[in-house]
Amino acid sequence: MAKVKVYITPKKGILDPQGKTVESALKSLGYKNVSNVRIGKYIELEVTGEPRHGTGKQIEEMCKKLLANPIIEDHRFEVSE
Amino acid sequence: MRFGVVVFPGSNCDQDCYHVVRDVLKQPVEYIWHHKIELDHFNCLILPGGFSYGDYLRSGAIARFSPVMETVKNFADRGGLVIGICNGFQILTEAGLLPGALRRNRDLHFICKPVKLKVENNRTPFTNQCQKGQILTIPVAHGEGNYTCDIETLNALKRKKQIIFTYHGENPNGSIANIAGICNEKHNVLGMMPHPERASEEVLGLKDGLFILQSILKSV
Repeated sequence: MAKVKVYITPKKGILDPQGKTVESALKSLGYKNVSNVRIGKYIELEVTGEPRHGTGKQIEEMCKKLLANPIIEDHRFEVSE
Repeated sequence: MRFGVVVFPGSNCDQDCYHVVRDVLKQPVEYIWHHKIELDHFNCLILPGGFSYGDYLRSGAIARFSPVMETVKNFADRGGLVIGICNGFQILTEAGLLPGALRRNRDLHFICKPVKLKVENNRTPFTNQCQKGQILTIPVAHGEGNYTCDIETLNALKRKKQIIFTYHGENPNGSIANIAGICNEKHNVLGMMPHPERASEEVLGLKDGLFILQSILKSV
């Protein structure tokens, strides 16, 4: 069984209103050196019965089909035993 | 003209759409549960607003995999009229029936109020009863209506006259090019954030939604 961590972030160049709002909140708390706050999603999942390289291919497919919307989001993932 | 209102778990404007078609337009209408895969006897399908599948992951992301959506695609490919309102618009973009995507509103708030829409293209089955440039007042009610697409897609939308409605005056959600509603290339699939079904009766105070609904009737 492999454990998978998927990270989904707003695509570069796409305005992230949540990130902007949190960034200005952090600045108003005095953390003036903060910039480029981007808020995304973190998904954990487990897969069974696949070789490791096959798992990566499957996860990539799952990201493209459902987990991320490639028009507005980037994704990356980590696979561990 | 036979209408179908597609119902997903979490749709919540389905009864409004059904009511307006049956009681205001006086046309036959049926609910279509999202498992249904036989849609041949309809002329126009409405994907209503709401929170299909709880808006989990992204609004419309799960609904697009409902069995009915494959049939909606085939129906649209054959030239059938499809109108997605609010969450219905989000589902149509996730399903690839319309380009682009809908993101969180610019100021993060859920916005529920009448807005002014400008009719950018009145030569479609959805706007043939409008004047070009006509201003319609129709309510929006959404948290994720911020339409976006890449610049090539935007240029194609402009070139092929697929931008049907833009926000006039204030843009409530920050959408690119003030877009409130777009069509596919063939102009038989419309997605729009504002709710024409909530603005089609005197008693509700707004009737401009009827320009859109009656256009559909005149289109066949």
